Amino acid sequence: MTNEEILPGLAEIVEEVAGVSKDDVSPEKSFVDDLDIDSLSMVEIAVQAEDKFGVKIPDDELANLKTVGDAVDYIARNSS
Amino acid sequence: MSGAVIRPAQGAPGARVAGLGHYRPDRVVTNDDLAQTLDTNDEWVRTRVGIQERRFAGPDESVVSMGAIAAAKAMAEAGVTAADVDAVIVATCTLPTQIPHAATQIAGRLGIHAPGSFDVNAACAGFCYGLEVAAQAVRSGAATTVLLVGSEKLTDWVDPTDRANAIIFADGAGAVVVTGADTEGVGPVAWGSAEDLTETINIPDRASFIHQEGQSVFRWATTAIAPVAERAVRMAGLELADVDVLVTHQANLRIVDAIARKLVSAGARDDLRVARDIVTTGNTSSASIPVALDRMRAAGEVASGEVVLAIGFGAGLTYAGQVFRCP
Repeated sequence: MTNEEILPGLAEIVEEVAGVSKDDVSPEKSFVDDLDIDSLSMVEIAVQAEDKFGVKIPDDELANLKTVGDAVDYIARNSS
Repeated sequence: MSGAVIRPAQGAPGARVAGLGHYRPDRVVTNDDLAQTLDTNDEWVRTRVGIQERRFAGPDESVVSMGAIAAAKAMAEAGVTAADVDAVIVATCTLPTQIPHAATQIAGRLGIHAPGSFDVNAACAGFCYGLEVAAQAVRSGAATTVLLVGSEKLTDWVDPTDRANAIIFADGAGAVVVTGADTEGVGPVAWGSAEDLTETINIPDRASFIHQEGQSVFRWATTAIAPVAERAVRMAGLELADVDVLVTHQANLRIVDAIARKLVSAGARDDLRVARDIVTTGNTSSASIPVALDRMRAAGEVASGEVVLAIGFGAGLTYAGQVFRCP
């Protein structure tokens, strides 16, 4: 999948889990600093993204995904 | 070799929960109280873990003293006296001493003479493990009347300056009396462990405080536990729609709600009542399930005879759940 295909799906998950409008979920945004998403919500986002995109996002990898763009890149590299 | 035949178990046809009681310490600790010494605030705690206030035991209160109070209430409701109780099981992971175990100490306080007695350490799953053992004891004939207590003084094992854990854990006790029954009142246990996650919650030695890897535990609890609860329902020959009340271990309100959502989407009724006692009790580990159920009952949210689905999970990591009829 391309980054352009992944972003809207990820934005939907972020909106559902964290109540952030999906229009605000853009690649340069930091999950913690810009979208105010806490560590447990990040786990919920990761679990849903795993199901949706067929990737594994272990907790130690999750810690490296600071921005929405980081997450999109990771999913693009690892999705089957 | 002797040809003598060992007689099969000859206990009661079934088991039931005949009485329930709980004890919470008097001291209420709000999030604002904790924020006086911790870098936290009420809004942060409510959104992260769902707790508004919790109870802390006083210096003279212990796993044994709190457990004995809860036990006496359960015995009174069941209509049994100390002379009737022939086994005492205590689920706890916070006893300050290795020996003697808590069960004989609680038996002594209540005047229960010569019961079978032991403690179960399955951390936050301990109550459900203990309920399986208690039910089997009356079915086998090993006992007729079992007192099962979940009691914890977690504040002895939490670093009060650790803002991740000091906001979550609390103290309290819950107890049930399990007796024989002609009609089964306790379903088979669904249990297991995640041995690959053994270090994610621990108290490594007696000089240490509780440590947990929050994200790993949260992921596990929100994904692995609902299927175990479903399995427990099926093992009892019921459907999820037969469950009236869900009482999970009160770990974190977001975990409670995630498990409930999954069970409703898997077939539990939309009007499934869900224990959310963590909001005003905090996380009391092995005590949380009986405390939550008794408080729901007191609030009129659960009636006698309704089907309770209990599911405990926590350090180990280990888990256990079963259905039973509410006393």
